[in-house]
Amino acid sequence: MERVAVLHPSSIIAELKRNNFTHVVWLPDSETNFMYHQLTADPDVTLVPVCREGETMAIAAGLWVGGKKPVALIQNTGIFESGDSIRGLGLDVNQPLVMLVGYRGWDKHGITTDSAARFIEHILHAWGINYYLVETDEHAPRISMAAEEAERTSKPVAVLIGTEFGA
Amino acid sequence: MIKNVDAVRIIDEHRGEAVIVTTMGAGNQSFGLPAVTHRQELDLPVAGAMGKASSVALGLALAVPDRKVFVLDGDGSLVMNLGTLTTISNMAPENLYHFVFENGVYAVTGGQPIPAAGKLSFQGMAMEAGYAASFEFDDTEELATNIDSVLKEKGPVLVCLRTAPEIENTPVQFREKTSRTMRMAIEEVSTAVRA
Repeated sequence: MERVAVLHPSSIIAELKRNNFTHVVWLPDSETNFMYHQLTADPDVTLVPVCREGETMAIAAGLWVGGKKPVALIQNTGIFESGDSIRGLGLDVNQPLVMLVGYRGWDKHGITTDSAARFIEHILHAWGINYYLVETDEHAPRISMAAEEAERTSKPVAVLIGTEFGA
Repeated sequence: MIKNVDAVRIIDEHRGEAVIVTTMGAGNQSFGLPAVTHRQELDLPVAGAMGKASSVALGLALAVPDRKVFVLDGDGSLVMNLGTLTTISNMAPENLYHFVFENGVYAVTGGQPIPAAGKLSFQGMAMEAGYAASFEFDDTEELATNIDSVLKEKGPVLVCLRTAPEIENTPVQFREKTSRTMRMAIEEVSTAVRA
C-alpha cells in the first residue's frame, strides 16, 4: 500500500522560525532527512552538523551561553548515545533545549519491534524529560508547545518525529 | 615537559577578552583553572559531560564570533570525543583556539595511559581534519615566546602542549570542590559575553 506524505518540511521549519531558533545542531537520520535541503537553503537558520549525537547538546549549550537559540535534531538512537551530555549539559545546567528526535521504528498501526522505538519513551520518562509526538502537519504546533515548555521549565523537552515521509 | 599551571598562566596572561572553556581536570583546585586565572567571569569549566568541552567551546565560538574562545582540553578528553575535530573543522570558527594538554594519561582517575599514548599526534590529526593551523610545544619558555604569534593565526587553531602528568587519585565525592558551580559559571559567562 502506498503511504501518503503527511508531514512536510515546511511545517517544521515554519515552527522553528516562529520560535526564533537560530541554529539546528544535527546528525542526519532517515526520519528527518526530508528537511535537509530546505534547512541548508534557509538563510535564517544555521545548520551545525555533528559526527555523533553526544556533541549535539554540548554545542547547543555553548550556543545558548552565547545568547543563541539552538534546537537539536537527531534520531532516537542518538538519544541513547547522548546520555552523558543530556544529563550533564542539559538537565544539570537547566538548558532549555528542544530536541527534535526521529522516532525510528515507531508504528502506531502495528507491533513495534525496533528496540530504538521500544525504549525511547521509557528513557525520556526516566530522565523526567517531557515529550510531544509530531506525525502530521497538524501536529507541528506542538514544537511551539515544546519550546514554550523548555523556556518555562528551564529543561530539555523532546519532540518525537513519528514519520519518515513527507518530502 | 610543561607544568599545567605554567601553561594555564601563560594562556591566561594572553587571553585579553577571551572566554576560557575547560575540561574536567582543569577544574581541579590544586593544579587547574581556579588557582591561576584572573578573569573568572570569563571562565567556563565544563564538568558535566566527559570529553565535551571542545563542543561547548565550538557552540560558544559560533555564538560570539567577535570574541576569542579558548578551550583547554585534555588528551583523554579529546580521544573520547575525537569527532569534534572534524565538526570544528567543518564549521571553521576563526575565533576558536583549542589547547590540548597532552600528558598521555587519564590524570584524574589515577594515571592510566590513554589509548595510543605516545603513538598519536594531535597536531597531525588537527591538520588532517582541516584545522587552519596547529602547533606543538613541550617547553614552557617556548610556549611563552610563541603564544602571541599563535593567537594571531585565524582559527580553528590547535595547540598541543606536552605536559607533565599530575595525578589525581581521590574518588570524585571526596575531592575538594570549587565554590563556583557550573550553573554559576554559565550565568556569569553568559552575562559577560552578551554585554
